[in-house]
Amino acid sequence: MTVRIVEGPFDPAAELAGFARGREDVGGIASFTGIVRGEHGGESILAMTLEHYPGMTERQLARIEAEARARWPLLDVLVIHRVGRMLPGEPIVLVATASAHRAAALEACSFLIDWLKTRAPFWKLEETPSGARWVEARASDDAAAARWER
Amino acid sequence: MNGTVEDMRVRYFAWLRQRVGLAEEELEPPTEVRTVGALKAWLGERHPRFAEACAAPGVVRAAVDQEFAEDDRPLAGVREVAFFPPVTGG
Repeated sequence: MTVRIVEGPFDPAAELAGFARGREDVGGIASFTGIVRGEHGGESILAMTLEHYPGMTERQLARIEAEARARWPLLDVLVIHRVGRMLPGEPIVLVATASAHRAAALEACSFLIDWLKTRAPFWKLEETPSGARWVEARASDDAAAARWER
Repeated sequence: MNGTVEDMRVRYFAWLRQRVGLAEEELEPPTEVRTVGALKAWLGERHPRFAEACAAPGVVRAAVDQEFAEDDRPLAGVREVAFFPPVTGG
């Protein structure tokens, strides 16, 4: 398993290629890539800054990853989350899961991004033409995370 | 030591950091401040804008020694408490 916080741009395609390379036990890999949108609520986004809580972030991501492994038969997990300032079109987050079969990989990938969004200490600051604003938490994200509660 | 608590580091993140005007501070709360909720109230006396943020339910979240914590979490032996708005990563 790998959990990484990165301060500069990363290449999801290259990361996924490395994740899959040389594995013959894996039957399927699922992945989610989150990208900075150039528009939010009708306003254009010039840039986005991700703040986080160093230490707690890594601890929470490791815990969420361990939970995914406890629930699904995963062969490997990769989570990369960028912090700092980034531009529209650039990747923010990559989650990838590898399993013998697709269902576990797809479900675990969905679980990981849902819980990451609601349980890892990251905060988004958007820069718009009218100024900077902190992104508000969305009830739909809480609902998505809640479907995995037991 | 004569019964006083050790210094505690209090950290603020995102817009809460901006409103308080500090990323972190080292504090020695009085002994009667025994829980996260009591610490919030005590900090609110020092930082009026922190008190304002805490007045709205569910807006200010806390972590104790880097674990999410509710208002009733005891502070005995705690080194670091953080306050922040709901998370918005991913």
